[in-house]
Amino acid sequence: MQKIASLFGAALLTLAVMPAQAQELTGTLKKIADSGEIVIGHRESSVPFSYLDEKQQPVGYSIDICLKVVEAVKAAVGKDIKVRFVPVNSQTRIPLLSNGTVQMECGSTTNNLTRQQQVSFLPTTFITGTKLLVSKAGGIKSIDDLKGKTVALSQGTTNERVVKAYIEAKKLDTKILPVKDHAEGMLSLETDRVDAYSTDHILLFGLIGKSKTPEKFAVVGDFLSFDPYAMMVPRNDADFQLVGTKAISALFRSGEIETIYAKWFDPMGVPAEPDLKVAFRTQALPE
Amino acid sequence: MNYNWKWGVLFEEPYLGWLISGFGWTVAVSLCAWVIAFLLGSVIGVLRTVPSKPVRLFATAYVELFRNIPLLVQMFLWYFALPEILPADAGRFLKRDLPNPEFVIAVIALGLYTASRVAEQVRAGIESISPGLTNAGKASGLSTAQLYRHVLLPISFRIVIPSMTSEFLTIFKNSSLALTIGLLELTAQARQITDFTFQGFEAFAAATVLYVAIALVVTLLMTVIESRSRIPGYIGSGGK
Amino acid sequence: MGSFDVSVILKSLPFLWEGLQLSLFLTFLALVGGILFGTLLALMRLSGFALLSWPSLIYVNLIRSVPFILVIFWFYFLIPVIVGQPIGGFYSALIAFVIFEAAYYAEIIRSGIQSVRRGQIDAGKSCGLGYWAIQRHIVLPQAFRNMTPILLTQAIILFQDTSLVFVVSLRDFMTVSAIVARTEGRLVEMYVFAAIVYFVICFAGSLLVKRLKAANAT
Repeated sequence: MQKIASLFGAALLTLAVMPAQAQELTGTLKKIADSGEIVIGHRESSVPFSYLDEKQQPVGYSIDICLKVVEAVKAAVGKDIKVRFVPVNSQTRIPLLSNGTVQMECGSTTNNLTRQQQVSFLPTTFITGTKLLVSKAGGIKSIDDLKGKTVALSQGTTNERVVKAYIEAKKLDTKILPVKDHAEGMLSLETDRVDAYSTDHILLFGLIGKSKTPEKFAVVGDFLSFDPYAMMVPRNDADFQLVGTKAISALFRSGEIETIYAKWFDPMGVPAEPDLKVAFRTQALPE
Repeated sequence: MNYNWKWGVLFEEPYLGWLISGFGWTVAVSLCAWVIAFLLGSVIGVLRTVPSKPVRLFATAYVELFRNIPLLVQMFLWYFALPEILPADAGRFLKRDLPNPEFVIAVIALGLYTASRVAEQVRAGIESISPGLTNAGKASGLSTAQLYRHVLLPISFRIVIPSMTSEFLTIFKNSSLALTIGLLELTAQARQITDFTFQGFEAFAAATVLYVAIALVVTLLMTVIESRSRIPGYIGSGGK
Repeated sequence: MGSFDVSVILKSLPFLWEGLQLSLFLTFLALVGGILFGTLLALMRLSGFALLSWPSLIYVNLIRSVPFILVIFWFYFLIPVIVGQPIGGFYSALIAFVIFEAAYYAEIIRSGIQSVRRGQIDAGKSCGLGYWAIQRHIVLPQAFRNMTPILLTQAIILFQDTSLVFVVSLRDFMTVSAIVARTEGRLVEMYVFAAIVYFVICFAGSLLVKRLKAANAT
């Protein structure tokens, strides 16, 4: 009798717990729970956000933040999950996120309204804008000096469009070399194939930092755009997005973000700009 | 499937212009590379059959070298590595002063690669000619040059037209590799349109249709050439 | 960029070896898949039923007229939207290769089958064997023996083609060479090394083909 009672009790307990989880998990969270892994899209040369270390493993500021999100996802699905990294670049990130190949992109992606037609974003984790990277010997001081010169642009970036539009509007007659990613852009500058490479200013500093001859290069000109970075997640998946937003808000609230920031940006000598500090504070939503 | 079809984007500016320009580059790279491949490949193919051993060896080395390294690696060698080995001036010329470096390098890489394959077809064509014909030529007092000029080449080129067709088709497909060195040919433009409009299906369908159209035109053209150049009594014309 | 630096190659050897393993593994799977699917296409083509031979003919000619890069993009970016399931880099490359190579193998196998003399099939029929038994025991074994050299040649081409997975960042030998070349700023060394490795493997393969051809001829 007692046995039956305890069985009955266990069954009741299962009934009480099971549906709660089974019903709540939908969309991306359900896929993650079913497969036991989360697929994260990373970059190969977005220093210091998302790039390959000496062992060719993805590391960086965005990766660290994403791993915090992964912790929150584990709690949400109620089990341990593995992380699988898939390399993406500025051209492949949106198609691969919208077709489900990656479930979150942790790189250096600008949150803008055009992209929000295809994907959703977590809270802003960095603020930057388009500038030019040039070799000091070339004498280029601003984008207007590109008249008749050659500039490398990463295909699929916001910077590509901003610079192209500027060149067309001012009729600068600048030749454009489309490149696959930031490493290839830097490479074409280092090998003197182009006079400038343009992308977000923080990435340009990252590229200089990784260069063998950092003293030869300089970041010049005014900001040509406003680029707030955020992690990309699939569109129309409010549950998954909320898990991510909660995790990142918690980082902002607890101040843990400053530790992560210091880990990646202090070595580069880039203190957090006032804009970014305000962004951290305003996005530190209460539970 | 949750997808918002918009075939209209293909006919909007600037996307239509991008497609046309991509198509233009694909055709331009392929045709220019074919000229190199056909001329150089024919010469190398002939050299593989001549009596002189050192010459044959040289031609064989060319074929083996260019045939056994993937085209993508060859393209990267020409584009990324070569300018760094050359003296600074020449390197700079390749990277900058050349009009359209990506185009020129793509043409050279694709041309030299395909030449090794064309050479093999030409050699096979010449070797398929019965030795009796060669001996007859020699017996009637033809020099080696005359033998090639009047007997071997006219016959072998007609024999190899079908396999040339397939090499000619391949060059159009292989031209897509030029996107890896930044040439905005047809496949690259399809990607760029996807980037700007998020209408991937339409853009890639358009590119696929254009490639198929190229293949149809090429096949048709080569069929005409083949039927006009047929030699009565030879394989391929005898059966019917 | 300074002199030729061998140390950068030595340092990256384990990483490069991983890439080469992926290239070889992909070649092997695509070869098996391509030959199986290609045989099916060839049998359809030779079946004598328009309902089977026409789809095969159209398939082969369609696939042979589009670039591989385009096919791999279809599978990596677009097909997942249709099936509602991501395919991933490795599988989209593998599927694209099988689809692509099958079209080439189908043509090779078709001519291989046609190289088996008609009398053999008639002999099989007169022994009371059915269509599949004739194919299985008489035609295909001989056809495959006749075409082993060509199949191998195509396998070498396939191995070279695996370098194209570079466009979807799958870490094959080509991609890892390019990653090292860029991160170390050693373009000449890495691309020359990649060329040498591919050359040695493919050239050895072509020598093997020559020997097989000579053996078959006798």
